Amino acid sequence: MITTMQQLPSYLQAFEHSQKQAPAHNQEAWLRGVREDAFTRFCQLGFPTVHEEDWRFTNVAPIAQSTFQLPERGFNGVADHDVAPYRLAGLAAQLVYVNGRYAPGLSRLPLGHKGLKVASLAEAILKEREKVEPHFARYADYRQEAFTALNTAFFEDGAFVFIPRGMVLQEPIYLLYLNVSSETPLMAHPRNLIVAEEDSQATVLEDYVSLRPGVSFSNVVTEMVAGEHTVLHHYRIEREDTQVFHVSTLRIQQGRSASVSSHSVLLGGALVRNNVHPVLAGEGGECLINGLFIGNGRQHMDNYMKVEHASARCDSRQFYNGILDGKSRGVFHGRIIVRKDAQKTDAKQTNRNLLLSDEAQMDTKPQLEIHADDVKCTHGATIGQIDEEAFFYLRSRGLDEASAQGLLLFAFASECLERMKPGSIRSYLERIITQALPQAMHPEAVR
Amino acid sequence: MLEIKNLHVKVENHEILKGVNLKVNAGEVHSIMGPNGSGKSTLAQVLARRETFQVTQGEVLFNGKDLLAMKPEEAACEGLFMAFQYPVEISGISNAYFLRAALNAIRKYRGQEEMDAMDFLPFYKEKMKLLDVDERFMTRSVNEGSSGGEKKRNEILQMALLEPKLAILDETDSGLDIDALRIVANGVNAMRSPDRATIVVTHYQRLLNYIVPDFVHVLVDGRIAKSGGKELALALEEKGYAWVEAEGHTAAVAV
Repeated sequence: MITTMQQLPSYLQAFEHSQKQAPAHNQEAWLRGVREDAFTRFCQLGFPTVHEEDWRFTNVAPIAQSTFQLPERGFNGVADHDVAPYRLAGLAAQLVYVNGRYAPGLSRLPLGHKGLKVASLAEAILKEREKVEPHFARYADYRQEAFTALNTAFFEDGAFVFIPRGMVLQEPIYLLYLNVSSETPLMAHPRNLIVAEEDSQATVLEDYVSLRPGVSFSNVVTEMVAGEHTVLHHYRIEREDTQVFHVSTLRIQQGRSASVSSHSVLLGGALVRNNVHPVLAGEGGECLINGLFIGNGRQHMDNYMKVEHASARCDSRQFYNGILDGKSRGVFHGRIIVRKDAQKTDAKQTNRNLLLSDEAQMDTKPQLEIHADDVKCTHGATIGQIDEEAFFYLRSRGLDEASAQGLLLFAFASECLERMKPGSIRSYLERIITQALPQAMHPEAVR
Repeated sequence: MLEIKNLHVKVENHEILKGVNLKVNAGEVHSIMGPNGSGKSTLAQVLARRETFQVTQGEVLFNGKDLLAMKPEEAACEGLFMAFQYPVEISGISNAYFLRAALNAIRKYRGQEEMDAMDFLPFYKEKMKLLDVDERFMTRSVNEGSSGGEKKRNEILQMALLEPKLAILDETDSGLDIDALRIVANGVNAMRSPDRATIVVTHYQRLLNYIVPDFVHVLVDGRIAKSGGKELALALEEKGYAWVEAEGHTAAVAV
């Protein structure tokens, strides 16, 4: 407790400060109650340590021992041209945040979709309480998870996305979180709530980007509620500066026959923890959890999956691919929990990793907890080097070592891309991943 | 074109090639035959510059240049092509993308302009017709999920596209049915020309009915034990390798 909480006074001070300086939505009594509760829980839990099973491979002491401040007012001079590289054609909406704070001037709200809401969460708390309150903080467990508690206590803003019943939204919703570091290390606690009513379909992309190098702490929580028969695609890109501490938690609540996919692409950050936690709460649900992480230097990337089968006849698929170079370290912890009533569960987990240097390290751990008797659960993990046979094959056709390696890495990364629905987001990710690969090839694909 | 002088090759302290001598001129087709374990595939792979083999003695000149000093990609760019006995599956890379990348790497090395997708596709399709390969194949991952025969056909298709000066076919006939064998042989024969040479490495005479060699060499225990014309292959088919092996021993004793 002492080691993990030495910065408690600074959080206490920040919490008191934010209570006083609070934006209007803090005046909402129900939310204030939740925040206080969450902060109390955080103080009791403290930051996790490597003695806890779920944190065995990831030491968050660098976060626990640093002092981070909530950002001051203002957008640090971020202008429209800073956002230009992150504009995509054919979006339903794009919300832009600077250090966790909503930037209305840089955002593009949806036009012409009746009933669709894509807005600042802080605003929605005031204006759409009847839509927010039934879901907010009901799924992400701030009583058990320290980082969720911290986010719940401190979040300033984020996105509220509401897809009304029956809406099939083809155009993606893009949430762009810009990190602009300052002299003193800042923290941001973005909080997103995505609610999809029955029979609706939508795609949401969360993108975390640094506009300037520097130390900071991003602690994200996204709750996604997938109503009956919904089809939802969630994408997350972490490409902040390599000095940034980034913890994100995606908590998905799936209703009957809902089909949800989560795609995570981790490229940036110093210490990254990517929690993905779907609960298949209704019969016949499907969940695809797909991810790619590419580490170099001293980056640490921890992927913690907790797939909870709480209802019968649901399918879950986890596929994570890792590429680690330099002295980077990767973790894949894949937990599958099958509750007693979740008969006919079909759960599969695959984690494949490539180590490009002798000093890179990977820890992979499957963890199956099965309380039902009629289930199918499989898992598999590999850690290896670039396939020598394939490497020689490519070189024997004239490709030099760097190109051959680049092509094989691209092929490995493509496994992740191919699980995404073809479209603008997948093409966007393909470009981003290609540029991030060591010895990048530029496949303006012939396909 | 290719001159191998007293080539000795080791794998993990085990000597596989014990002094191979061979000269191949432009326009010629040579067949290297031999029993299992005689070193045929090792010879093919050393020429393609696989680095797991250790050359302990000897010299190989390829168009006057020191082949043994080349990396695999340099040998390829200089015009050497080996059709693999076991072509590798590469998931996630389409045939078309891979081949254009290879072709452009070679063109770049030779100071030629790179080919864009617009020019490449018709060229690729023309060669696919030659090997009777479906166009849908272009977008499929390299060798992934292909049958043995399809993989071998893909090797010859790659060869047809890359237009090497020296082609080495390493047991290309293994795993082929008679129809596929004919298609593959047609592809190889279509490429025969006065400025190109071919080395056909095979265990059986069967392929040589379709790709008729100018010279046949029999490799036994890491040395070429016998050389002759195409009739040597027929004699081997009839009498078996034991005949050459026995002759080799007699010769050794006589010396």
